[in-house]
Amino acid sequence: MYIIAALAAGLIFAIGLIISGMANPLKVQNFLDLTGSWDPSLAFVMGGAIMVTLPGFYILRKQRSPVFASQFNWPTATDIDARLLSGSALFGIGWGLGGFCPGPALTALPAAATGTMLFVAAMLAGIIIAKFSFAK
Amino acid sequence: METEFTPLLSLFGGMLIGLAAVIVMACHGRIAGISGIVSRLLPPRIDSAAVPVSIAFIGGLLLAYPLLRSLGMQAEQTVSGNLPVLVVAGLLVGFGASVGNGCTSGHGVCGISRLSGRSIIATLTFMLTAFVTVYLARHVVGA
Repeated sequence: MYIIAALAAGLIFAIGLIISGMANPLKVQNFLDLTGSWDPSLAFVMGGAIMVTLPGFYILRKQRSPVFASQFNWPTATDIDARLLSGSALFGIGWGLGGFCPGPALTALPAAATGTMLFVAAMLAGIIIAKFSFAK
Repeated sequence: METEFTPLLSLFGGMLIGLAAVIVMACHGRIAGISGIVSRLLPPRIDSAAVPVSIAFIGGLLLAYPLLRSLGMQAEQTVSGNLPVLVVAGLLVGFGASVGNGCTSGHGVCGISRLSGRSIIATLTFMLTAFVTVYLARHVVGA
């Protein structure tokens, strides 16, 4: 049952990405192009998501445990350090260059565009490189 | 090239993304951050306890496009043909999300919804570098 819930969540997440336009790199880059062919749609994606997640998380915070796990894994890190800033800065450069972030890239993978497949392969390599570089 | 402004579809799609994030926390007690979910499946230090849920979630992601297509929905999608740039972009996205501990979903949606100062700063940082990158790519280098 917990597997089906995860599969359904992934499916709903990706349908949301496709319907909203996030899975279209051109639309993402147009959102980021304030001085050119600006398309403000993606601000509505972020707004819509937070409109649901913020009250949802607020309610879940008061629950004792999740349905299929023993405890909630709420993130506990609060430090704003060089790692957070440099990682996020590099992530933003890649997001701007490709118009893809991880969720939309995986969602667009079955459309089998050569660029998407190369992006995803490079993204997985980037994660592995980072994990090896910062392995404790 | 212009894309159509789609406030209602984007708002509705965003709400589905938010719903999925709430389901993952309610059911599995985890943040629906895609880079994190993918990272747990990759070496070194594969998080074996998280493998089944992560694979199922990614399976769901991969099913959406074929499912919508089979229902007759045409998802508009324009991917750049500049393959070397996409490889560099992919490396930066994977490396950066891993080092910065989150991406658009983990910091952007889930972190902001938790009112996490760390995630808000991360989101502002990657939004800023993304805006600057597109400006440079389209209006300086590509002008």
